[in-house]
Amino acid sequence: MNLSSAQIWTVIILLGFGSFALRFLFLGLIGDRRLPDWLMRHLRYTAVAIMPALVAPMLLTAPASSEAIDPVRLVAAGATFAVAYFTKKVLASMLAGLFVLYILSFWG
Amino acid sequence: MAHAKNYFQLGLKQALPFIFIVGPFGLVFGTIASNAGLSVIEALSFSIFVMAGSAQLTALQLMLDGSPTLIVVLSALAVNLRMMMYSASLTPYLGEAPLKQRILAAYSTLDQSYALSLQQFETEPQMTLQARMRFFLGAAAPVIPTWYISTFAGAFLGKSFPADLPLDFAIPLTFIALFAPLLRSAAHISAALSATIAAVVFSDVPYNLGLIMAGFVGMSLGAATERHLLARPDRP
Repeated sequence: MNLSSAQIWTVIILLGFGSFALRFLFLGLIGDRRLPDWLMRHLRYTAVAIMPALVAPMLLTAPASSEAIDPVRLVAAGATFAVAYFTKKVLASMLAGLFVLYILSFWG
Repeated sequence: MAHAKNYFQLGLKQALPFIFIVGPFGLVFGTIASNAGLSVIEALSFSIFVMAGSAQLTALQLMLDGSPTLIVVLSALAVNLRMMMYSASLTPYLGEAPLKQRILAAYSTLDQSYALSLQQFETEPQMTLQARMRFFLGAAAPVIPTWYISTFAGAFLGKSFPADLPLDFAIPLTFIALFAPLLRSAAHISAALSATIAAVVFSDVPYNLGLIMAGFVGMSLGAATERHLLARPDRP
């Protein structure tokens, strides 16, 4: 990997200020005025929209470096999802996914 | 007069179990960061300045993809938009505190401290402003140092076993483990599903802008589903 130190620090600083601004915006500046319902309704779904959207292309589209979608990774991702969805245990589901990944790569 | 409750301790006690969730996640972030080429200082600074695991991982992933800095920052901020929602919903409870305390509270706005505090404020509405602020900061108190220390440990130890971790798979795996437990209603599921489809459709859009577009699609569908469900007369 060749991430440049300049880019890393730029991201750290901008993201640091931005994240603080998001947290401070209402508590610090807006006071106790309420946000409109439609905005709250959209904000409620940011995490469950952005995170899957980030993951999907990594799993469901073929990367330029390889010729096809990797079924082993897809199965491992499915296992992680199933364990996480039903148990709500973050760490256990990651370990389940890694376990499936290693088992399947070992056989493949 | 009843003995005044120590609300800082109460919040702290309730947040203690989160050490076992945040700690391993920090180790994961630190390890991934160090394998991606970040120094220990860079990884630790990331956690101190940003204090948000999923946003930090998003930024890391997009940097590895070679996305421009502006897109990296905007996408990671999009992941953090929920903090704005937390901030908005905490404001009626903490908004009248002095500025210094509000600055401290803003930094301490985390998934864990928010969830615990809102529950506490709703079940005990007679709490004073000061008591609420103490509980809130108490609920963040164990989580924040755990995040720093575990990031440091992960980044430090990650250097010693660089080849072991399938880096490009560890990130999606972590995100799946993070969002799947959040899918607790039909609206959440429709947001996630539509964002997934949109992200694949938009995957060729340059500068990873497809991510932000897919995020909007998911948020809109989630909100529309919620409104639809609420409008149904058989629902409370």
